[in-house]
Amino acid sequence: MIRVQSEPLDSAQSLAAFQARAHNAGALASFTGLVRGGGVSKLVLEHYPGFTESEIARIEGEARKRFDLIDTLIIHRFGALAPGDAIVLVAALSTHRRAALEAVDFLMDYLKTEAPFWKREERADGSHWIEPRADDRIARSAWEESSES
Amino acid sequence: MRVLFFGRLADVAGKRERQAPALETIAALRAWIDAEDAVLGEALRGKGVRIALNKSIVHDENASLSEGDEIAFMPPLSGG
Repeated sequence: MIRVQSEPLDSAQSLAAFQARAHNAGALASFTGLVRGGGVSKLVLEHYPGFTESEIARIEGEARKRFDLIDTLIIHRFGALAPGDAIVLVAALSTHRRAALEAVDFLMDYLKTEAPFWKREERADGSHWIEPRADDRIARSAWEESSES
Repeated sequence: MRVLFFGRLADVAGKRERQAPALETIAALRAWIDAEDAVLGEALRGKGVRIALNKSIVHDENASLSEGDEIAFMPPLSGG
């Protein structure tokens, strides 16, 4: 399931609902991304309605092709967030732990580099757009190399 | 046709959306933007800027456009 929402994200509640649908799964792995503090008063995420959802669906499709998964959950926020708020929740259900853990890692690496979101940080000295980080791109490339080997 | 700008490109454009006259290709659209706003035209050629035509990524600037198309200029993404 994919959801792109402006409403607050309650990861515990969303995970409980996701787990309730797991019938034959032996493993549920998840990751919750939080807005970092450190001088940031607000983080604003912009998205491209329609396109953002379809790109996330494409990324999810890649994960399902690559790992033996029963189901996946991806919830991503947009709009204004405060430090400590959950910004993204990714979860995967599988019969075994490794596929679930790796799928979550893979989904996060791809969301970081390919999901259409743009982040702006508000700090005491003004507002700044956040550019993608080189190490996020390197992490994503590592998956491409491992699929070739 | 509708032209959309995201992230820092919307700041440069001064708005998120602009109406453009009917143009035949993305290259022609770029030329129109250059004439209207050279600073914006330059920003749209920035590193990592991607273009979506009707919500699909396009790489071919000679792809033909039709009336009612939606063209989006997107700076490098930062999801997660």
